[in-house]
Amino acid sequence: MSILATVPPPREAPGGSAEITLRTSAALPGPVQFLSRALRTLWSNGKARLGLTILGVFILIALFAPLLAPHSPTATTFPPYLNPTSTNLFGTTGNGQDVFSQMLYGARVSLLVGLSAGLAATIVAVTIGLIAGYRPGPVDEVLSFVTNLALVIPGIPLMIILAAYIPSRSVWTIVFVVAITSWATGARVVRSQASTLRSREFVTSAVFSGERLFRVVFREILPNMTSLVAASFFSAATAAVMAEASLEFLGLGNPSTVSWGTILYYAQQQNALLTGQWVLVLAPGLAIALLALSFTLVNFGVDALSNPRLREK
Amino acid sequence: MSADIATDALPDGVPLASTDVPPLVVDHVTQTYRIRGRGHRKMIAVDDVSFTIAPGAAVGLVGASGSGKTTLARMITGSEQPTSGSITFGDIAVQKLHASGLRRYHQRVQMIFQDPYGALNPLHTVEYTIARPCRNFLGMSAQQAHDRVYELLEIVGLTPPEQFATKLPHQLSGGQRQRVVIARALACEPDVLIADEPVSMLDVSLRAGVLRLLAKLRAERGLSLLYITHDLLSARVVTDDIIVLNKGRIVEQGATKKVLQHPQDAYTVQLLDAIPTPHRAPSATATSKATAPSRVSAASKATPA
Amino acid sequence: MPILSAQGVNVVYEPNRGQRIWSVRDVDLSFEAGEFVGLVGESGCGKSTLGFALTRMLRPPARLESGVITFDGVDISRLDGEALREQRRNGIALVLQSGMNALNPVRTIEHHFGDILKAHAHAGEHHDRTTIRRRGAELLASVELDENVLGRYPHELSGGMRQRIAIALALALEPRVIIFDEPTTALDVIVQAAIMKTIKGLQRVRGFTAILISHDLGVVLEATDRVLVMYAGRIVEDVPASDLLGGPHHPYTEALLSCYADPRADEVKLGGIPGSPPDLSLDEPGCSFTPRCPLAEDVCRHIEPPLAPLGRGRVACHVRAPTAAAEKEASGVS
Repeated sequence: MSILATVPPPREAPGGSAEITLRTSAALPGPVQFLSRALRTLWSNGKARLGLTILGVFILIALFAPLLAPHSPTATTFPPYLNPTSTNLFGTTGNGQDVFSQMLYGARVSLLVGLSAGLAATIVAVTIGLIAGYRPGPVDEVLSFVTNLALVIPGIPLMIILAAYIPSRSVWTIVFVVAITSWATGARVVRSQASTLRSREFVTSAVFSGERLFRVVFREILPNMTSLVAASFFSAATAAVMAEASLEFLGLGNPSTVSWGTILYYAQQQNALLTGQWVLVLAPGLAIALLALSFTLVNFGVDALSNPRLREK
Repeated sequence: MSADIATDALPDGVPLASTDVPPLVVDHVTQTYRIRGRGHRKMIAVDDVSFTIAPGAAVGLVGASGSGKTTLARMITGSEQPTSGSITFGDIAVQKLHASGLRRYHQRVQMIFQDPYGALNPLHTVEYTIARPCRNFLGMSAQQAHDRVYELLEIVGLTPPEQFATKLPHQLSGGQRQRVVIARALACEPDVLIADEPVSMLDVSLRAGVLRLLAKLRAERGLSLLYITHDLLSARVVTDDIIVLNKGRIVEQGATKKVLQHPQDAYTVQLLDAIPTPHRAPSATATSKATAPSRVSAASKATPA
Repeated sequence: MPILSAQGVNVVYEPNRGQRIWSVRDVDLSFEAGEFVGLVGESGCGKSTLGFALTRMLRPPARLESGVITFDGVDISRLDGEALREQRRNGIALVLQSGMNALNPVRTIEHHFGDILKAHAHAGEHHDRTTIRRRGAELLASVELDENVLGRYPHELSGGMRQRIAIALALALEPRVIIFDEPTTALDVIVQAAIMKTIKGLQRVRGFTAILISHDLGVVLEATDRVLVMYAGRIVEDVPASDLLGGPHHPYTEALLSCYADPRADEVKLGGIPGSPPDLSLDEPGCSFTPRCPLAEDVCRHIEPPLAPLGRGRVACHVRAPTAAAEKEASGVS
């Protein structure tokens, strides 16, 4: 073909969309860059920003509990069954412990369990979901069957049974039990998304570019599922916080741990509502609800993680 | 401002493809699918198709949807195995390839996809997308790949390269995305390009540019091109030979200009007459007048397409 | 009196805070009853947006910023709720670009017809199954489909058949105006030709006003009586279809025409238009096509050309159809 005229280069696309500057220097390791960009993306959404703030407050409380708490949470030095006073802002328990300090230290356990169980459940869900979703065939059939089985068994009764029978009573037992019972929903969703993405042309294109299985799954498919994985994580974390509180409340945790759930447990045992100490029920209840709310709010911002177009400037 | 024109005038001095590039031979290939559901029916997507893509040739594979051209493309690139027949590229039996063999094959036979929106990972920059084949196939280091990416961006007309390398797909126009797709396909220095409807999703004003690019690449590098489309106009401009497929079977083939000016088969005529064009030249042959294609039902049984 | 007209229509699209994109600018149009008009332009020129604006189908973040849309003498630009539905009853219908995908996958075709007929039934009108089946069969026949399609599900039908069903659904309420938004873009040439033929036939027989929105000038030329060319949100040419092949036109129209050719000719030249359309979030003075126009003059950079007569149509171009007012302004500027 004879080229009759030279062509001026195509101009830049109109409609100035969000410019995302990527640092190509190797100064910051990959995961850190990824996390900081993720945080910035989340921050740009109003609801997520609120959620992150609340979560941030809880994290600070948990980290600095020893500095913030006026008294030791376990010391039984105070008169029992006190209503809120200037020394004991939330009153005292039946054993003479300061509830306010307990609330502050309790944040540690709730956050720890919520985030770790959520993380563990999500890792299991993503692994199983990706494997099942990317390779149709016998592997998928088996994994899907196992997932469906896990979904059918009711969560809380299973948790109760497991917690009751496992000999060691510690926070990690709770993390394990919660993770084991809540991975299935996430796995189903991840599998379905992975299986849709598998047939997208950019995956085929990656295969044509010579990418091996590992890279295709983890660098092509998974990043496009970030929103889903994040949403799954925050949902799992929310459920984990609730589950932990429930198990502690039922006395299936270690009664000597200080957590919001155990405060409720003791409040129950010591008939706090009858003695008029409604703070013992309201404070932990509200805290649990607020923490769960913060996760849910952050979930509103995760859509933008996988869709660069939604990243607000 | 000078216009952007693609023509089918013969290129001056097409370099011969290097002598060690074999032809890509499709030999009596058939693809049958079994349809689950009411009764086990069979659907024949490709029916005993044979043709050859000589080194440096540009062959068009033309047909409407359902003609089997996409299935053929998938078989030629190794994504699917034919039910019978063989596809060979020199001593490589394409239908028998798996994993690593397939990867080596892709280094020589690359594909350009139809949907510029879908063929690029929305989260990867242009540079990442084009650099991957350089690192995988040519074993380049990060810096070498970076330089090659800039080279390729220049070749496909996305200049200045610095500006385009850091962009994400949604920041580019359709034509620019398609150029990125082409750059990615070229990165590993393939011998054969399989282009599946590369311009059908682009605005008409952008097509000439991309087609000219394909022609230029063919002229400069001696690439073979298999151009798959339902649009005879772009096929005319890009290809030297053309194969017309109808329901999985070849109904006509030959030199592009000859086939289009003197179509022998009713289906070819139907394809020609269906093209909406402002500049309709008077019907060239008696054949095209005789088989009035206005009764669409003739080709598609009882219900219209 | 024209059946549908638009005066001073401006549509703005606000995807994020602070970003305003003018998708449709200063459009004045009118359509006579029974006309078949084509609206041509490339991706992003605003033609679909205009089509949506005319049918009051705009959704946030897009909205009708200003202008009046009159249908059959009634100003519909500010109607809402029940009054708007009343207009839709036998007023304006819209066949969408992916009309074939607008069918509910878990419902049979018969259900779709029932849906439409029941939704717009007049008070007291009752549609039983027999009536729906009869009417459905009638409508399917008018788009050349067999009545047994009624019992099928969308996934059992081809893309072309589904598009025909979308057209039949649009005909169900006997509209006086039908807007077809890229009805054949996702289909291959043969199916496209067949469907366009069906649409033309329907228009001739039923006499509704048809507005065909397409990026394909070839399709529009073959089917329509009059062609409107859009660029960067404005109408730049309004010309009878039969006049399009000869004579001078707006430079953009001419460039578009050069992108087509007859594959059977002895020598085939395919043109393209280098560069890209302007950024619609900026409101720059002058003619939007200037950077890509081979005929651009100084006045083009400063003053927006108004639509002025050229042959039997109108063109917005200082070079092709200079206007006295623009020239006066130009001498004032320079």
